[in-house]
Amino acid sequence: MNAVITVVGKDKVGIMAGVCVELHKLNVNILDISQTVLHNDIFTMNMLVDISKANVEYDKIVDSLSACGENLGVSIRIQREEIFDAMHKI
Amino acid sequence: MLNQREILETLSMIDNQHLDIRTITMGISLRDCAHPDAEICARKMYDKITRYAENLVKTGEDLEKEMGIPIINKRISVTPIAIAAESCETEDYSVFARAMDAAAKQCGVNFIGGFSALVQKGFTIGDRRLINSIPEALATTDFVCSSVNVGSTRAGINMDAVKLMGQIIKKTAHITRDNDGFGCAKLVVFCNAVEDNPFMAGAFHGVGEPECAINVGVSGPGVVYNALKGVKGESFDVVAETIKKTAFKITRMGQLMASEASKRLGAEFGIVDLSLAPTPATGDSVARILEEIGVEVCGTHGTTAALAMLNDAVKKGGVMASSHVGGLSGAFIPVSEDEGMIAAAEKGVLTLDKLEAMTCVCSVGLDMIAVPGDTTAETISAIIADEAAIGMINNKTTAVRIIPAPGKTVGDSIEMGGLLGTAPVMPVHNEGSADFINRGGRIPAPLNSLKN
Repeated sequence: MNAVITVVGKDKVGIMAGVCVELHKLNVNILDISQTVLHNDIFTMNMLVDISKANVEYDKIVDSLSACGENLGVSIRIQREEIFDAMHKI
Repeated sequence: MLNQREILETLSMIDNQHLDIRTITMGISLRDCAHPDAEICARKMYDKITRYAENLVKTGEDLEKEMGIPIINKRISVTPIAIAAESCETEDYSVFARAMDAAAKQCGVNFIGGFSALVQKGFTIGDRRLINSIPEALATTDFVCSSVNVGSTRAGINMDAVKLMGQIIKKTAHITRDNDGFGCAKLVVFCNAVEDNPFMAGAFHGVGEPECAINVGVSGPGVVYNALKGVKGESFDVVAETIKKTAFKITRMGQLMASEASKRLGAEFGIVDLSLAPTPATGDSVARILEEIGVEVCGTHGTTAALAMLNDAVKKGGVMASSHVGGLSGAFIPVSEDEGMIAAAEKGVLTLDKLEAMTCVCSVGLDMIAVPGDTTAETISAIIADEAAIGMINNKTTAVRIIPAPGKTVGDSIEMGGLLGTAPVMPVHNEGSADFINRGGRIPAPLNSLKN
């Protein structure tokens, strides 16, 4: 099952590293990444990930990622890919 | 991979524009709960509701977390109690309302609908008993919603029922007077009621429905409003197209959630209701959409046309996005639940008469309207009759949910809290309609050709 992770917050060193380490811990595989820094300040990243081999339940992934976001000072959320597909693809 | 713009658009809809699933409503048939003993019948109802809806709230919460989209309400609708309880040898049907209330609390839902009767052509014994039990039922329960269908395009209007409902609304207001007549906020009088409506207070599980079905109501006035801000000054062709595209996206999300929810709950996927349902929150208002389209204040000249276009475009966009569309499907204009409507009513621009005109072109009717506490039962009945006539002639659902707020008059307002909001007391005409209402009988079914 695929999910989309979005990370938004003030740019600083180590956001990408922090998120990737957390995903590694959860055994979540990264399929695609799109990342940019808006206005030289706002870090925005979308990741497509495969959560089918994750070592915890979905709601634990949600909790771990939002805790990780708090540590990094950014907002991280994960949503199933279907919701975006439903809205933007026919 | 999805592009970043699409992802951010969806997130912005959720975070800033109040995009949400307004309700996931589980419809449950209670037709097999009949028993001559009312206590046993009520227990069977309680057992069945709690068994079927045991996982409704949890499933809703799981879906919210996985999809990242809030589901505001999880609710239950049941077979009209006048049918399910008709074999019981009791006059007082409020016992079933209390069983429904207890079941709703056990399941963790915030409303349960179906304390209802369908009397468009006449009353059965159970219908009369149910209607007479409504005030007590609504006063002694927290979450039970009641509805009565008094007319239809095929049957005409049951004016005896219209008269009776005026009295029942007054009585309900009176016995819930300590809460500004709050009981009336849970009571709807319909013409052409639909069997698969997921929205309260008018939801019930119709007799043509399956054993158990999931019906979903989407929301999204904020999303439409925001989209329209991007096409300021453009022609109506552009406006309609923009609304259609937005409605499509909103409904696709509703369709996904509905099919996931029904799969997980082992229930049939019923319908997606394509309604624009406002909330009292700023930025989640249908009135503000109409104002964005160009009327200075909702209720002024042009409002009906703007609403007609909005309603139609929402349906056109939504219908392709869902495999089954149903319920009420249209823009809601509940006064107390819509920040822009409240403001327009307080200014005196939005009147009962204008609202009545607006109900000709949208769903549903005169909804969540507070009127002075000394409004007579006959006047309320006459308001119901007018609304029912619009529904009957135009082959659409119309409804009246009106609160004659005890001790209140024009200039006051009543607080209902939460999604039900604040209702400014609106003036009614003081000239009486008693002779009209006291005639009784039935208004015959209308002709369906020679339409002018």
